[in-house]
Amino acid sequence: MSAVVDTHGHGHEHGHGDQHGGYGGIMRWVTTTNHKDIGTMYLWFSFTMFMVGGVMALVIRAELFSPGLQVVDPDFFNQMTTMHGLIMVFGAIMPAFVGFANWLIPMQIGAPDMAFARMNNWSFWILPFAALLLILSFFTPGGAPGVGWTLYAPLTVQMGIGMDLTIFAVHLLGMSSIMGSINIVTTILNMRAPGMTMLRMPMFCWTWLITAYLLIAVMPVLAGAVTMTLTDRHFGTSFFNAAGGGDPVLYQHIFWFFGHPEVYIIALPAFGVVSQVIPAFSRKPLFGYASMVYATAAIAILSFIVWAHHMYTVGMPLTGQLFFMYATTLIAVPTGVKVFNWVATMWKGSLSFETPMLFAVGFLFLFTLGGFTGLVLSLVPIDIQVHDTYYVVAHFHYVMVAGALFAAFAGVYFWLPKWTGKMYDETLGKWHFWLTMIFFNVTFFVQHFLGLAGMPRRIPDYPLMFETWNKLSSIGAFGFGLSQLLFLYVVLKCIRSGAKAPAKPWEGADSLEWTHLPTPAPYHTFDPQPDLR
Amino acid sequence: MMLNKLLAGALGLALCGLAVAAQWNLQPAASKLAADIHWVHEMVMAVVLVLFVGVFGFMFWSCYAHRKSVGHQAEQFHENTTVEIIWTVIPALILVLIAWPVTKVVIAQKDTANPELTIKVTGIQWKWAYDYLQGEGEGISFVSTLATPRAQIENREAKGENYLLEVDNELVVPVGRKVRMLTTAADVVHSWWVPAFGTKQDAIPGFIRDIWFTPTKTGTYRSQCVELCGKDHGFMPIVVRVVSQEDYTKWVGAQKALLAKAAEDETRIYTLAELKARGEKVYAANCVACHQANGKGVPPDFPPLDGSQLVLGPQDRQIDVLLNGVAKNGTPTAMAAFARQLSDVELAAVITFTRNNWGNSTGEAVRPADIKARRK
Repeated sequence: MSAVVDTHGHGHEHGHGDQHGGYGGIMRWVTTTNHKDIGTMYLWFSFTMFMVGGVMALVIRAELFSPGLQVVDPDFFNQMTTMHGLIMVFGAIMPAFVGFANWLIPMQIGAPDMAFARMNNWSFWILPFAALLLILSFFTPGGAPGVGWTLYAPLTVQMGIGMDLTIFAVHLLGMSSIMGSINIVTTILNMRAPGMTMLRMPMFCWTWLITAYLLIAVMPVLAGAVTMTLTDRHFGTSFFNAAGGGDPVLYQHIFWFFGHPEVYIIALPAFGVVSQVIPAFSRKPLFGYASMVYATAAIAILSFIVWAHHMYTVGMPLTGQLFFMYATTLIAVPTGVKVFNWVATMWKGSLSFETPMLFAVGFLFLFTLGGFTGLVLSLVPIDIQVHDTYYVVAHFHYVMVAGALFAAFAGVYFWLPKWTGKMYDETLGKWHFWLTMIFFNVTFFVQHFLGLAGMPRRIPDYPLMFETWNKLSSIGAFGFGLSQLLFLYVVLKCIRSGAKAPAKPWEGADSLEWTHLPTPAPYHTFDPQPDLR
Repeated sequence: MMLNKLLAGALGLALCGLAVAAQWNLQPAASKLAADIHWVHEMVMAVVLVLFVGVFGFMFWSCYAHRKSVGHQAEQFHENTTVEIIWTVIPALILVLIAWPVTKVVIAQKDTANPELTIKVTGIQWKWAYDYLQGEGEGISFVSTLATPRAQIENREAKGENYLLEVDNELVVPVGRKVRMLTTAADVVHSWWVPAFGTKQDAIPGFIRDIWFTPTKTGTYRSQCVELCGKDHGFMPIVVRVVSQEDYTKWVGAQKALLAKAAEDETRIYTLAELKARGEKVYAANCVACHQANGKGVPPDFPPLDGSQLVLGPQDRQIDVLLNGVAKNGTPTAMAAFARQLSDVELAAVITFTRNNWGNSTGEAVRPADIKARRK
């Protein structure tokens, strides 16, 4: 094990507490190979992107506050919807959970660090440059691409150089994700402490192991899709151009072969976080641990054979529609098992509702609601009616925001004491939860009605009959956005002046980082590894 | 739907000062397919509501009764094979029960055989072209463009009742007849949707797809393009007018007469002033969204016409661009080919207009015959 442990500055600096590889200031962060430093950078990067993507969402909602064009022109509006989607998916949600993985997986399996510490550094440091490319595309002639985050061909061929920057950014993001995933798989399979068998691992490690395999499988597919777009744009190929023997729908198949597993790449780590938080605040072990593992694997496998349910309206043959419909509805079974397990974990526990638990229960409630609309959308006749409307927008925001983001908040509040050694302000944390919860629903619940009534997505202006719900949704969005500044304040206040955290602030927490390590976690942990046999 | 109704009802009450008849359910059905979709939706929502109440009944009861603050002691059970098998099998059975009726609707949606009327719809950035291919009205062909004035969109005028849902030429079909729509596109992917009929089909460049509907009620049904297709995606509405068989026959007669008159128009001799006046209207309907009312465009994607070398140069080059569009690497750009969309007279008029408007003053009139000569 010692071959992969960061030993720089370990021995001789032991006395004065500076164990940062001999560098200080910014160079510490640039050169670090420590999983905790890298986890921290991932989390801050993610929050920054969350703010950038959030501002874009507010531009969208400001324009949609009233019918008519007021704030931006239609071209820029399309750029906003595109970049909001790309930045939130690839810049905010995915890096947030990689941040959790970096911080927690080594501590939860009793390993001293990630398997490939230097590659870990690189997989983070690619991200800011990818983000920079995305932002730079706004300043090119023609601006950022206005094609939607799905980057459908052949609209992509009409875009300016901003499209090329976006394609390269996607390549970089893919590389980063693949390297991060290799690291996670290797760490979990090879570096568990003696006695930490696979079926003793915390659920968070299990969900990330499966997620990492999904990432390795599908990120190259996305890279292929955007590379074909690139060569169609510049090198005379016709992958997606019927005039040259190609097919625009081919792009959609390739994209969604990546895109559907991507949904679970985002959701599974969230499931993992919630599976740590709910048992801790129920003071009761996770119900159905083994079935939870199997359900996670089943969801991951099924996610590869349902992609065309995003494409019911492209004109598939009847058998194609029926196959993808049946396969998609099947996902409800393992997902249902998970929800039932979480509820059964709470059942007859001894529950308390600190902020992490509030967010976890909020997740459980709203994510399941998003799951129900997912079931509704999986049925071809209904999907034909509401495909590409605000119903779909509402559905995936219940999954992405109330699902992934709520779980990330639950995780931050849960592990903040372990990371910083200080407690966050519980009252403010609860305020953050309730504001987020209320404004989220004001923003997105009404979008179900808009979709059912017939409002298409990605339009900068709309017929008068949609005005009421749009106004409400915009008000909710601004409330939601402002509430997140409170989150920033709570975290900063915790770091600067939080009360000292006890070694184990959560009575029911039982994974290694709580039971075997002091609070805050020292810079280097589990070297040597604990013996858990 | 009950769940939505309940929750929406609660929200609606809270908002009754603000909400003015805001719609929260599917639009009223005007075809059997749409009615079937509504039925499937209500059925599924009922199932969902039962599951919702069941699952969260347990969760909220637990949140209420099993709190530490009321002194509840945690039990330590963590598995129960019987329960776990039950809650795997029961949802699977529910899915099978749902799948059966849904499959029947899917099969019906796909059955485009034996139509009485076949119409091709072509998505073009940012308008729809309709061609009546078969059945009564065969040969009728027109382009349908947003009729809402720019002034309403830019908030300089009060918005009309059908803001963004009104077109110059509506698609007209007879009630009670099976209509098969063939969809395709000239540039990028669009999507043709009429909620009241329960039909939605992507229009894919280079490919033909089909879908059908049989309207059951006369009336005007409005919708919009639902696949992001570039800058003016939000401004290409779909309007279908369903009329009685008698009115349909009359409409077909009127359209045929218009076609005959248009053919006559092509051979007339026009003055420059006539062409320019007509061209201004053509420009407002087809060009202004990109090239702007002042002819300055939105560079670099949408180049200016005022002072443009192309517009001030030899007329044949400009005619070719309008007829064939501009392609980049073999793929059409936003400058679409107008050969099919506009007649010789309209093209001659709009070219004459651009060559004699703003700062441009060539003093030349382009004749319909010049256009005809350049058509391939």
